Amino acid sequence: MAYSAGDLPEAFNLVVATHVSLCDECRARLGAFDAVGGAVLSDADLAPMADDSLASCLDRIDMLPQATTRQPLQRAGCFPAPLADYIGGGPEAVKWRPLGMGVKQAMLRTGRDAVARLLYIPAGQAVPDHGHRGLELTLVLQGAFRDDSDRFGPGDIEIADEAVEHTPVAETGPACICLAATDAPLRFNALIPRLAQPFLRI
Amino acid sequence: MQADNGNTDWAALVLRVRDHQDKAAFAALFRHFAPRVKAFLMKSGADAALAEECAQDVMATLWQKSHLFDPARASVATWVFTIARNRRIDALRKSRRPEPEDLPWGPEPEPDQAEVFEAQQDTDRLGAALSQLPAKQRALIERAYYGDLSHSEIATETGLPLGTIKSRIRLALEKLRQQMS
Repeated sequence: MAYSAGDLPEAFNLVVATHVSLCDECRARLGAFDAVGGAVLSDADLAPMADDSLASCLDRIDMLPQATTRQPLQRAGCFPAPLADYIGGGPEAVKWRPLGMGVKQAMLRTGRDAVARLLYIPAGQAVPDHGHRGLELTLVLQGAFRDDSDRFGPGDIEIADEAVEHTPVAETGPACICLAATDAPLRFNALIPRLAQPFLRI
Repeated sequence: MQADNGNTDWAALVLRVRDHQDKAAFAALFRHFAPRVKAFLMKSGADAALAEECAQDVMATLWQKSHLFDPARASVATWVFTIARNRRIDALRKSRRPEPEDLPWGPEPEPDQAEVFEAQQDTDRLGAALSQLPAKQRALIERAYYGDLSHSEIATETGLPLGTIKSRIRLALEKLRQQMS
């Protein structure tokens, strides 16, 4: 709903748009939330427009370039279109940076109030045990991971907040690639990752 | 363009803009939607001048993108809302808003009339359902859409605890869903 209302930071919007591209149920719910927005707009109070408003709007239309049919966004490998658009391609186009133990990440350029990054976790590998200071959305694009309570496969989204402390482990099979957005730094429970944290920006 | 119940068939007007660049149809759409978009943007924190400017932009976008309007998928009000929301994000936040992929099967050349009718009625039915919500729940839903406020910012402003706000919004959406089915 916050995505529909336009209230989310860009990093979360990216995760939601990517997830909606993979999940018909959420696409339908998004349509419903947009419809509520339409109803709210219809019931809105009126703010009178300036007298010459319609005329200047028509002038503006005359100045517009002929409607260009926007190139539909393209999916690239396991990256749905909104993500592929950010990366400029699929997983092969990502500039990974190693985090150790075969785990790799790539930060994405999004707005300042939240951070989006891609994570690459080799099969069977664990991401260090961590809790969360804010909200973390993790969307699986390829492979799968498990934590203490659940399993997340392609298209699934894990929502973690302050209450969650977990050690996600990638399942055997293809390496697990995830898109994660956080609005606060993760809190690692071991000293070494905590020391490394400011350098790795995770 | 008047339907029996006095409601204007906005979708038909958009299609006339699309197919015939009909300025009279556009003027009717403008008179109805522009003041609402302007009010929507002002409630989101834009001053009157910026809101006027953006509302004109939104209406110009409606003209320019009329070929993308799919009357079977959304009512005109919903479509205008999504344009206005995206314009607001550009104007107030200067950040990108990634959009989901379009559905692969795309719009059908001649949308099913029953579906069109259904989609165009949604806004009216939702509006009626909204107006029947208890005032407090209704106010919160409107704040969430208008205010450009996150739930925690609503909490600061209304003094309600975050949990209460989330459950009220959920309750309100649940009630809307019941009335729609």
